[in-house]
Amino acid sequence: MLLNYSQPLELNKLTSRIDAALHAALPDYWAVTIELVLVGILIIATYALLAVVLIYVERKITAFFQARIGPNRVGKYGIFQTVADVTKILIKEIIHINRIDKFLFYTAPFFIIVASILTFGAIPFGQGLQAVDFNIGVLYVISVSSLGIIGVLLAGWSSNNKYSMIGAMRSGAQFVSYELSAGIALMTIVVLSGTMQLSTMVESQRYCWNIFNGHISALVAFVIYLISGHAETNRGPFDLPEAESELTAGYHTEYSGLQFGFFYLAEYLNMFIIASIGATVFLGGWMPLQIAGWESFNQLMWFIPSYLWFFGKVALLIFFSLWVRWSFPRLRIDQLLNLEWKYLLPINLVNLLVMVILVLTGLTLTDIFY
Amino acid sequence: MEQIQAQIKNQFPDIDTEEGEILKIKVSPKELRSIIDFLYHYKNLPFNFLKYMIGTDEGETLRVSYILSSSVNPAVNIMVITGTDNRENPLLYTVTDFYNTAQFNEREIYALLGIRFINNPDMRKFFLNQDWVGYPLRKDYDPNPALNPVSVESREINDNSFVIRELPDGSISEEVTKIFDDDDYIINIGPQHPSTHGVMHFRTALDGEVVKKIDIHSGYIHRGIEKLSENLMYPQILHFTDRLDYLSANINRHALCMCVEKATGIEVPERAQYIRTIMDELNRIDSHLLAWSAHTNDLGATTAFIYGMREREIILDIFEKICGGRLIINQNVIGGVMFDIYPEFQKDVKNFIPYMRSRLKEYDRFFSHNVIALGRMKNVGILNIKDAISHAVTGPSGRASGWSCDVRKYNPYALYDKVEFREIIRTEGDSYARYMNRLDEIEESLHIIEQLIDNIPDGEFCAKTKAIIRLPEGEYYQNVEAGKGLFGVYIESRGDKTPYRLKFRSPSMSLVAVMPLICKGEKISDFIGIGGSMDYVIPDIDR
Repeated sequence: MLLNYSQPLELNKLTSRIDAALHAALPDYWAVTIELVLVGILIIATYALLAVVLIYVERKITAFFQARIGPNRVGKYGIFQTVADVTKILIKEIIHINRIDKFLFYTAPFFIIVASILTFGAIPFGQGLQAVDFNIGVLYVISVSSLGIIGVLLAGWSSNNKYSMIGAMRSGAQFVSYELSAGIALMTIVVLSGTMQLSTMVESQRYCWNIFNGHISALVAFVIYLISGHAETNRGPFDLPEAESELTAGYHTEYSGLQFGFFYLAEYLNMFIIASIGATVFLGGWMPLQIAGWESFNQLMWFIPSYLWFFGKVALLIFFSLWVRWSFPRLRIDQLLNLEWKYLLPINLVNLLVMVILVLTGLTLTDIFY
Repeated sequence: MEQIQAQIKNQFPDIDTEEGEILKIKVSPKELRSIIDFLYHYKNLPFNFLKYMIGTDEGETLRVSYILSSSVNPAVNIMVITGTDNRENPLLYTVTDFYNTAQFNEREIYALLGIRFINNPDMRKFFLNQDWVGYPLRKDYDPNPALNPVSVESREINDNSFVIRELPDGSISEEVTKIFDDDDYIINIGPQHPSTHGVMHFRTALDGEVVKKIDIHSGYIHRGIEKLSENLMYPQILHFTDRLDYLSANINRHALCMCVEKATGIEVPERAQYIRTIMDELNRIDSHLLAWSAHTNDLGATTAFIYGMREREIILDIFEKICGGRLIINQNVIGGVMFDIYPEFQKDVKNFIPYMRSRLKEYDRFFSHNVIALGRMKNVGILNIKDAISHAVTGPSGRASGWSCDVRKYNPYALYDKVEFREIIRTEGDSYARYMNRLDEIEESLHIIEQLIDNIPDGEFCAKTKAIIRLPEGEYYQNVEAGKGLFGVYIESRGDKTPYRLKFRSPSMSLVAVMPLICKGEKISDFIGIGGSMDYVIPDIDR
C-alpha cells in the first residue's frame, strides 16, 4: 500500500500503535480505562492550548484590521502574551459578591465550559482523531452545544446585577432563535449526505464537498449556518448579550479570576467549534483535496496530514468570522430577532424542502456527474 | 430693533429699556412672563431661542438675565433682566413653558444662587446635592469645607422632586413629586459607564428593553470654574476654557480672548487671525473625528473607532508641533496667539487636507452605508426643529433638525466673513442626519483651511497688551461656533482686573437636556447610539 508510506505524519498510526501496546500488556479493562483517561487529558489540553492560540491570533488579526501592531512585548512578536494573560487569570483572586445566589453563581461557568468541551470532543480533527463518533453526531453536537445557554442564563440571574440580567435575557432570546437556524441548516446537509455520523459525512465528501454537491441549496445553508453560528458564539455584530457600550460586560459583569476565564475561554472555543463543524459538514472536514481520476495528484495531497487540512479550513472560517466581527456595528435586539424569525427561518425551511427535492430528483452534483 | 423697542414702550409703558450693544429690558418679576410672552409671539421675529440664562449676585438683589434670540435670525438679541431683593427665600417665575432649555438652567441657578422658580416642574438642585449648605455663586458664600464635609458613605439616591406653586391667594406651596413609579425597573447608566462620554449619570426606567423615562444627574466633576474665575485675572482664566469642552479647547479659548479683546479694544494682528481661524477649523475636525469615532464605537464598530483616532493623531501632532499642547491647546492668548507657526506648518496642513479627503471617502465606504449602521441610525432619536429650538440644541445636532444656527454664518468672527463655506443643514433630525452632518462639516472645514493656508500674511502674531488687563465697567459677551454648538462667554466687569461674574454658555448642556425627550420609547441600545450622535462632553456641562 503506497498510501501507508505516503502519510508519515498521520497521527492515527501512532494511536493504533499505542492501542496495540496497551492491549498486549494489560487486560482489556485496564487498557480501555487508560485510553479513556488519556483521551480526556488530551482533549482538555488541546482545548486550553487552542484557546491560548486563538486569543493570540485574534489579537494579531484584529490589530491588522485596525491599523495597529497588536501584542509585541512578551516574546518575539508577543507570542507569549496570551500565556502571560492566562497565567494572570489563573492566579487572580475570585471576588466574592454580596447578595448573590451563591450556588447558581458558582455553577454557571461550569455549564458553559462543560457544554463547550462536550461539543469539542465530538469534532473529527483528522483521520482517526475523533474521541466520540456517534451515529447521530450532528444531533449530538447541536444538542450539547445548546447546554451553554443555561450557564449564561444562570450567570445573569444569579449575579444580582441589572446589567447582567438584561444581558442574560437577551442571550436567551438570541440563543433560542439562532439554535433553530443553525440546526435546520445542518439538517439540510444531513438530508444531502444521508447520514448524521460526522466520520461518514467526511468520508462521503471525498470527491465533492457538500457545499458543491448540494449547489444552490447547500450554499444557502452554508451562509445561514455562518450567520447563525456567529450569532450563537455571541460575537461580531451579534454580541448583544455582552454589548459593552450598553451593558458593560453583560452576563459575566460580576465574574472575576478563573470564573471569568471560563467564560472567556468558552467564547473563543465556541468560535472554533462553530468553525470546525462548518468545515466538517460543508467543506469536507479533514479530507484532503481530492479530484476523481487524478490519482497521483490525490496521493500528493495525502502527504499533507489530514489534521493540517482540518485546521486550515477552520482557520479560513475563523478568519472570516473575525473579519465580520471587526467590520460591522452591533445589531439591536429587535433587529436581531427580526432577522432570524422573519428572514432566516422561512428561507431555511424552504431551503430544506428544496434540498429534499434536489436529493429525491437526483439533481445533486454527484448524481449528475458520477 | 427700534420697532420692537417702540412696540414694547407702547405695550408696557412703565418698563425700563436701555440701548447698548443689545437692547436691555428691565422688568419686575411680576411682569417677566408677560414680556417674554410678548417677545415669544412677536410676529415675523419670534424670540423663541433662549441663548443664555445668567444668574448674578448684585449684592442687594439677586438678578437673572435672559438673553433671548430668534430662531429665524439668531443675530438679533434682547436681554431681559429681572431680579429679587429677597435673599432669604428668593422666588421668580419660571419660563420653562416657553423655553425647555430653561429647565436645567433654572435648576443650576437654584443650586448656585438659591433662586427658586415657581411652576418649574422639577425644582431640584442641579450639579449639587439637595443638602448642600450655601449657594456658591453668592458673594457672601462661605467656602469652609467643614460646612460641606466630603462624605465617604454610600447614599441612596432620592428620587423625589419639588414643584413650587403659587396659590390664588398669593401664598406659596411646595409639592413633592415622585420621578419614577414604585415598580419601575431602574438602571443607572453612569456615572461610571463606558458610553456616557464622561461622568454623566442617567437614571433610566426600562420597560423590557424600551426606555420609559430618563432622569439626568450631573455635577460629578463640577469644578466651580465660574466661581474660581471671579478671583482670577483674565489671562489666568484662559486656561479654564480649555478644560470645559476639551475637544473644542482652542475654539473655547478663542471666545474668551475675543470677549476680552472686544472689551479692551485690543486690535488683533491679521496674522494671528489667520492662525486662529486655521487652528479653530483643525480643532473642529479633531472634535468631529472623535465624535464620529465615539459614535461608531457606541454602535459596536470598534474598528471604525480606531480609524477615526488614526486621522485625529495627525491633527494632534500638528498641534503639538505648533504649541506643545495636544488636547489642551494653549495657543490663543489675549491679543493674538502665544506661538508663531513653525516653518513646515503650511506643508503639514496641506498634506493633511488631501489625506483627510481620501479618508472621508473610506469612512463613507466602510460605515456610512452599512446596512446595520443604517438600521441603527435612520429614524432613530428624531428631534424635530421645534424641540431643537426650544431646547436650544445648536451645532451639527441642531442643524440636523433643519435649524440654521451656525454662529460663523450669522455672527461672523475672526476671518469667517472672508472665507466661503456651506452651512450643512439636514431636515431629517434623526441620528443619521447628525452623523452625516459631522462628516460633511469636516469637508467644509477642510475647504476653509484650504482658502487660508496659503495666504497667511507676515507681521506680528500677538498684539502688545498691558501687564494687567482691566476691563471697563459693563457687560460683554461673545459667541463662537464650537464643535458641539454655540459656545458663549459672558463677562460682567466692574472695572477690575478680575470679572465680577463670568458665565460660560455650554452647548453640551442642551444636548444632554434633550436626551430624555428623544430617547423615550427607543430601545436601550439606541439610547447609547443617540447619545453618541448628540456628541456631548460632560466637563462642558459640569463647569
